[in-house]
Amino acid sequence: MATKVLKRQPLNWLDNTYLPTLFTGLWITSRHFFFNFAIQTLHLFGLMKHIRGSVTYQYPEEQRPLSKRLRTRHRLTQREDGSPRCVACMMCETICPARCINIVATEHPDPNIEKMPKSFDLDLGKCVYCGFCVEVCPEDAIRMDTQILDTAAYSRQQMQLDMTELLHPRSTHLYKTHKQGQPAER
Amino acid sequence: MIETFVIKAVLAGAFFGMVLNLAGLLTWVERKQSAVMQDRVGANRAWIVLPKWLAPLNLLLRPLNVLGLFHSLADAAKMFLKEDFMPEGADKKLHTLAPAISVVFALLAFCAIPFGDTLKLGDKLINLQVADLNAGVLFIFAMLSLGVYGVILAGFSSNNNYAYLGGMRAASQMLSYEITMGLAIMGVVLSYGTLSLQEITRAQGGYFFGWIPAYGIFVQPLAFFLFMTAALAETKRVPFDLPEGESEIVGYFVEYSGMKFGMFFLTDLVETVLVACLMTTFFLGGWQVPYLQADGFHFPWGASVPLAHGWVITLGVLSFMTKVAVFNWLFMAIRWTLPRFRYDQLMHLGWKILFPASLANTAITSLVVVAWGGK
Repeated sequence: MATKVLKRQPLNWLDNTYLPTLFTGLWITSRHFFFNFAIQTLHLFGLMKHIRGSVTYQYPEEQRPLSKRLRTRHRLTQREDGSPRCVACMMCETICPARCINIVATEHPDPNIEKMPKSFDLDLGKCVYCGFCVEVCPEDAIRMDTQILDTAAYSRQQMQLDMTELLHPRSTHLYKTHKQGQPAER
Repeated sequence: MIETFVIKAVLAGAFFGMVLNLAGLLTWVERKQSAVMQDRVGANRAWIVLPKWLAPLNLLLRPLNVLGLFHSLADAAKMFLKEDFMPEGADKKLHTLAPAISVVFALLAFCAIPFGDTLKLGDKLINLQVADLNAGVLFIFAMLSLGVYGVILAGFSSNNNYAYLGGMRAASQMLSYEITMGLAIMGVVLSYGTLSLQEITRAQGGYFFGWIPAYGIFVQPLAFFLFMTAALAETKRVPFDLPEGESEIVGYFVEYSGMKFGMFFLTDLVETVLVACLMTTFFLGGWQVPYLQADGFHFPWGASVPLAHGWVITLGVLSFMTKVAVFNWLFMAIRWTLPRFRYDQLMHLGWKILFPASLANTAITSLVVVAWGGK
């Protein structure tokens, strides 16, 4: 195996005093400090908003832009009449490596559609966000494009999504968009 | 007699109030400055929001909330409410005494620092200095040396090997750098021929070539850097935080919690302020304002602005505080820029670079002083 010997630049006397690097370092940090300080002060007065004074996103108030293909919380797509597209074929339940999907099937009143889910439960506490359910679905009935990331709950029960919540994201209990600063109801 | 007592009490109250507030504020400065220089925003979530019927007060509190100033308050509240834990087998008396010793001696050193010129109030002359010692330099170094005592006691009394080793590291580091510090300041003392800090400050009132203020930094440039390095090592903060090393090597206050830990924490910040005060007094002319004399400004280009005595003194105190603030900024910048030394590097720097350099500085200064027929 060929070995590449890296030649180290020998340090001269000045380098060995650490002084040049010391001042370079201080110069860099001070430059950042004064630039960001000026920009952030101007921001307080509503000026120069197009220049960012920091890389921080102040999370609950300010959300990061997410990629469209990012796998976020699931949702069930709907037919035109609002009923779920799901035909309860159990493909997602079968492929789910975390076994977090639980479907109970029932007859669909329309004879052209074989089945429909009576209940479709998804346990976010178990889900590993692999996206297999989306890939395997023959009906494009489940998608992971809600852009909801804040799945925090006070109990495991609250992590379990039922069909209503999956069809209409953020419609039930914990997952309602609540006012900023207030904790979600328990 | 009682009048003198009252004056001294007021001076001490004002100065120590300023110092302690500044030290408390430094926790905020530390958070915010590090954040801003690392392209972050910094802590800003400790909000105090009063109920609706006090809405006008909320309006006043809002800027403080946004700036995150209440984090210092939250810190203090946390420190006081935390359990004060003492390990089994610890020396109870010494364990309690150690933080008090380190903070008390750090604060005592401020006594000798002049923060303003002599104030004429009626026919009374008030020296703006808590204790007008004619050997102020010696007093300050004595207090700084005693500060090591608290640290060693903390390590020694905790009944913990890591704390013990931390105390030993602290002791050797602080003793090594104290020698450099003392020798570096000898250059300044030789140049001005006095040990009183008020006199040293007064002596820096002249001008080189008629327009450069004769500050210590121009008289003793090498001593400035030597003293700053050694004094930063005394404060036990990041490039020199071997005694503590909170993230990797456990330090001398590992067995401390609650307000006792808070006192060690405060000591570091108070010492930072102290070093800033010392640097200001020795090298940046203390309360001197450039071109300001007892009766007003006299600019080198001939213009002059007469000022009342009160304004001159106020400007002096403001100048002192500004210089201290600038030094604090610099120390924070250094603390958040430089990585920590390795222990052998620390000793190498202390004994093989700083110590000989300070000796050489003292020798050369002595020769120059004698050659120029100094005092």
